[in-house]
Amino acid sequence: MSLISKSAVEQVQLLQSGQLSSVELAQAYLDQIETHDAEIQAFLHVDRDSALQQAADIDQRRQSGEDVGPLGGLPVAIKDLLCSRGEPTTCASKMLENYRPPYDATVVRRLKEAGAVLIGRTNMDEFAMGGSCENSAYQTTTNPWDTTRIPGGSSGGAAACVAASMAPLSVGSDTGGSIRQPAALCGVTGLKPTYGRVSRYGLIAFASSLDQIGPIARSVEDTALLLETLAGHDPLDSTSINTATPHYTENLSQPLDGLTVGLVTDYFEKELDPDVAAAVREAARVYESLGAKIQEVSLPHSQYGIATYYVIAPSEASSNLARYDGAHFGYRTDEKAMYEELAAERAAMTDEEAEAKLDGPLIRMYRKTRSEGFGAEVKRRIMLGTYALSSGYYDAYYLKALKVRRLIVNDYLAAFKQVDVLLGPVTASPAAPLGHYKNDPLGLYLTDLFTVGANLAGIPGISVPCGESSAGLPIGLHLQAAPLEEERLLRAAYMFQNATDWQTRRPELSTT
Amino acid sequence: MTSQPYKMVIGLEVHVQLATESKLFCRCSTKFGAPPNTQTCPVCTGTPGALPVLNRHAYQLSMKVALALNCEIPKFTKWDRKQYYYPDLPKGYQISQFDLPMSQNGYLAISDPKDQFAAKRVGIIRAHLEEDAGKSIHDEQAGTADTRIDLNRCGTPLLEIVSEPEMYSPLEAKAYLDELKLLLTYLGVSDCNMQEGSLRVDANVNLHIPDDDSTDDEPIATPIVEVKNMNSFRAVERALAYEADRQWEVWQETGQRIGDVPKQTRGWDESAQVTRAQRSKEESSDYRYFPDPDLVPVVVTDTEIEAVRSELGEFPAALRSRLEETYGIKPYDSDVLVNQGRELVDYYIELAESCGDGKLASNWVQQDVLRHLNEQEIAVSEFAVRPLALSELLGKVKGGQLDTSRGREVLGEMIESGGSVTEAMTKLGIAEVDDSELMDLCHQLIESNPKIVADIQSGNLKAAGALIGQAKQKNPNVNPSRVREICIDIASKS
Repeated sequence: MSLISKSAVEQVQLLQSGQLSSVELAQAYLDQIETHDAEIQAFLHVDRDSALQQAADIDQRRQSGEDVGPLGGLPVAIKDLLCSRGEPTTCASKMLENYRPPYDATVVRRLKEAGAVLIGRTNMDEFAMGGSCENSAYQTTTNPWDTTRIPGGSSGGAAACVAASMAPLSVGSDTGGSIRQPAALCGVTGLKPTYGRVSRYGLIAFASSLDQIGPIARSVEDTALLLETLAGHDPLDSTSINTATPHYTENLSQPLDGLTVGLVTDYFEKELDPDVAAAVREAARVYESLGAKIQEVSLPHSQYGIATYYVIAPSEASSNLARYDGAHFGYRTDEKAMYEELAAERAAMTDEEAEAKLDGPLIRMYRKTRSEGFGAEVKRRIMLGTYALSSGYYDAYYLKALKVRRLIVNDYLAAFKQVDVLLGPVTASPAAPLGHYKNDPLGLYLTDLFTVGANLAGIPGISVPCGESSAGLPIGLHLQAAPLEEERLLRAAYMFQNATDWQTRRPELSTT
Repeated sequence: MTSQPYKMVIGLEVHVQLATESKLFCRCSTKFGAPPNTQTCPVCTGTPGALPVLNRHAYQLSMKVALALNCEIPKFTKWDRKQYYYPDLPKGYQISQFDLPMSQNGYLAISDPKDQFAAKRVGIIRAHLEEDAGKSIHDEQAGTADTRIDLNRCGTPLLEIVSEPEMYSPLEAKAYLDELKLLLTYLGVSDCNMQEGSLRVDANVNLHIPDDDSTDDEPIATPIVEVKNMNSFRAVERALAYEADRQWEVWQETGQRIGDVPKQTRGWDESAQVTRAQRSKEESSDYRYFPDPDLVPVVVTDTEIEAVRSELGEFPAALRSRLEETYGIKPYDSDVLVNQGRELVDYYIELAESCGDGKLASNWVQQDVLRHLNEQEIAVSEFAVRPLALSELLGKVKGGQLDTSRGREVLGEMIESGGSVTEAMTKLGIAEVDDSELMDLCHQLIESNPKIVADIQSGNLKAAGALIGQAKQKNPNVNPSRVREICIDIASKS
C-alpha cells in the first residue's frame, strides 16, 4: 500500500512512531499534486517550499522531544476562503486576486498549533457561491472519478484533492451543502458541524448565519480526527458555542446500541435518480441489519428549504460583500481609464441637467470595481439579496423566510424526539457533466435540496460514500443529527462505513 | 418669541461617544488624536473574515445613560446592519439598532433659573447604541482633490439619543442640551467635547401655525427640516432661530405644508450665520436594515440593571434641590454651582459644611474661586486653596477680623504662595490690631477732626466714613467697621 493511500490516522501513527518523517509524507503528496493537479485543478495555490519547510520544522521539533500536536506533521489542504496571514486568500474571486490577510483565521491558527502542514489552498466557487466549482474566477476543478464531470461545490477543490489523494485531510465550508455535496460527488466523507461548533473567525463570509467550517477526509475516523482540531469555543466569534469538544476519535468504533434511524420520506418524493434512491434505501437496510430501528419521519417544511435558503443566503451575502468596493482592499478598477471615461461622457453631454446625473468618480469607482471584480453568480446573488432586503419587500421576502426557517427548525426538533439520526440522499443525482448548469442557475440551486435544511436549522450533517451509479460515479449518504450531536453522527456513520467498503474505493487517475 | 404668529416645534438627535477604553466591537483604543489609522484592527477596518464581539462595558455605560434619562430597558435587544456605501465605512454597513433599541420611553426634566420658560419634561423616544464611522479628510489643496480616510474612530461606541419633538423655542433646545450634557458629565460616560466630535447634535424643526379655518383647533404644520453641522450649543440656538424665521417666510410665500415636499436637510453655516440646503443623498435613504447575523441578541437581567442603577449617583436636578434645601441658597446660585460639575459642588459642600454659612460660601465660590479657575483655565482639583483653608479665611471675614476686600487680598496671597491664612496675613503684614491700640487711634482721630465730630454729633453718621479713611492710612490693618463703631461712640459721648 502506498504512503498516500493510507488513512490519516495511520499516517499519524507512523509519524509518531518515527517510521515516517513529515518531510517524506509532504513530499509524497506534493509529488501527487505535481502529477495529477494539472488535470484535476483542485489547488489554487501550492507553495512547495513552504510545505516542506513546515514539515521539516515539525520533524525537528519531534526529534527534540516536543509535543507536535495531534496532527503533527500531517498535510492539510485548506479552502481558499480561510484567512492565512500573508498568504494569498482569494475566495476564487478576481476581487481578492492580490489580497493577503493580515491575520490567521482561528481554524488556521488551530491547525498550526495542532502541527498540521498546510499544503495548499483549494479551488472553490467564487465566494462559496455555487455547487460545481465552475464559478471560480481562476480554474475549473474536475471530478477525479470522471474529469469531464463537476466535482461539486462550493468546496469542490477540497473534496477533489482528497479523492485524488493529493491531501489526506482538507478543510471546507458549508453554507447550503458546500462540504457534503462535493464530498458525495467525489466519493469522500465530509461533515458540516453544528452552527457555532467551529469558529467562523477568519472565514471570509458568504452567509453568516449559515456558514460553517468542517472537515473533508477519506474515512469517518479521519474526519473525526480533523474535527477534533477544528472544533472549539472561540471568544472572537460571538456565535461560537461555549461548550467542551468531545474526543470524537475515542469511542468512534463503538456501535450505538438501540439506534433509531429516521428515513425522511419527503426526500424520496422528489425526482431522485434511481441509482441514488436504490443506494440510499440499501443503506437503510444496512442499518437495519446492524440492529438499528428504521422509522419513517416527515419534515413537512423541507419543501420550502430552497426558497427559504435562496432568500436568506443572498440577503446576508449582499451585505457581507458590500465591503468589496475598491476603497480599502482587493481589486479596484483602473482609475486612469475611469477618469478618461468620465471626461469623455461629460464632453459628449449637451445639456447640463443630463450631465449632473452622470456618476461622479466615487460612485463610478464603486460601480466599475464591483462590475469587474465579481463574477456573474456573485452579482446575481447580491442583486437577489439587495432586492429582498429593500424597503417594501423586506416583510414579504426576508422576514417571511425567517419565519419559514423557524418552521424548518421545528420540523427537525420534532423529528429528533423520535429518532437519533436522519437518513437520506445528499444529492438527487451523481456528478453532472461540466457545463451542465451553465445556462441554468436555478437548476444548480435545486441541487442543494437535501442539504440546505441542516444549514437553516444549524444542525450537523455528514456525507459518507454509499454506492456507485451505473456510470461508476460515487453516491453519498446523508446523515443528520440534533445540534451538538456530532459524536453520535460520527459513530452512526462509522457503523455504516464499517459494514460496507464504499469509502475504500479510489478513482483511477490518468497518468498523462 | 411668544409674540410670533406660530409655534416652533423642535426634536433633537444627539450622538454621544461613550468614554470606553476600547471600541464597541473590538479591543482597539478609542483615544482621540492618535496618528491616522494607528488604532485599528481587522475587526474595525472591516477586513474580510473578521467578526465583531460586543464590549459589554459600553453596553453598561449606555444603560447608565438610559436609566438616568428615565428610560425603559428592554430585556432583549439586537443589532442591525444599516447599509450604505461610503469610504469611511469600510464594511459597507454600520452596526446599529433598528427596531429593538436598548432603551426607550424616557424623559429629561429641564427648567430655566430665570424662568424664561416653564419647567417641563422633554420626552426621550429612544436611546440606542451603534458604532461610529471613520473620518473622511478632504484635502482641497490646489490640484490635489484627494480624500484621505482615518479609521481610528471607526467602531467607537456611539449612543444616539432621540427626543420627542417637544421643545418649542431655541432657548428650550439649548436648555435640553445643557442639561443633557451636564447629566452625561455627572455620569462620567462621555467627555462631551463638541470640538472633538464626542457630542454631535442634529435638529428637526418645523412650525405649527394656528389654522383659523379649522374646526378642530389642529394647527397647520410646515415641512420638517433637519439641521446639521452645528458645532456648539450656541450654534444650535442660532440655527434654530434662523430656521424659524426662514420657515415662516417660506410658509408665507409658498403655503407648503408637511408632506407637500420631501424632508429637507440643511447645514448651518457658522461664518454666514445661515442654514443652507444640502444636496440630497444619492439614493433616498433605504438602509436595508436587517439583523446582524454575526452578533447574538443582548439579553439583560434585572440584576444587571439594578447593578448599573446602584452606580448612578446623584443627578444634577436632585443635587440642585439638595443644595437649596441644605444650605439655603437660591435656585440661581445652585444652578451656577451644579452646572460647573460635581467636583466644584463637592468643593462647595465641604466649604459650606466647614464654615457653617452656605450663602457666604456660595458667594465666595462663585465670585472668587470660579473667577480664578476661569482666568487660569484650571480645574477645581488644581486650585491651590482647599476648602478647609478657605473656610478659615471666611471665618475671619464673618467674625469681622477681616473685611471682604482684605479677605480677597489674603485669598490672592494664599493662591500665590500656597500658604495658610496666617502665613498669608503675615506676609501681607496684616496683624490683628488689639482693642487698646484701636481706642488710642480713634481718640487721636476725634481730637484732630473737630468738624467731623460736630457733623456726627448733629446726626450725620455718614461723616464717620472720612475717619475710617484716615485710620486706614495710619494703620492698614484696622477693621473699618470697628473704627466706625468706636469713633461714633466716642463722638456722641464727648
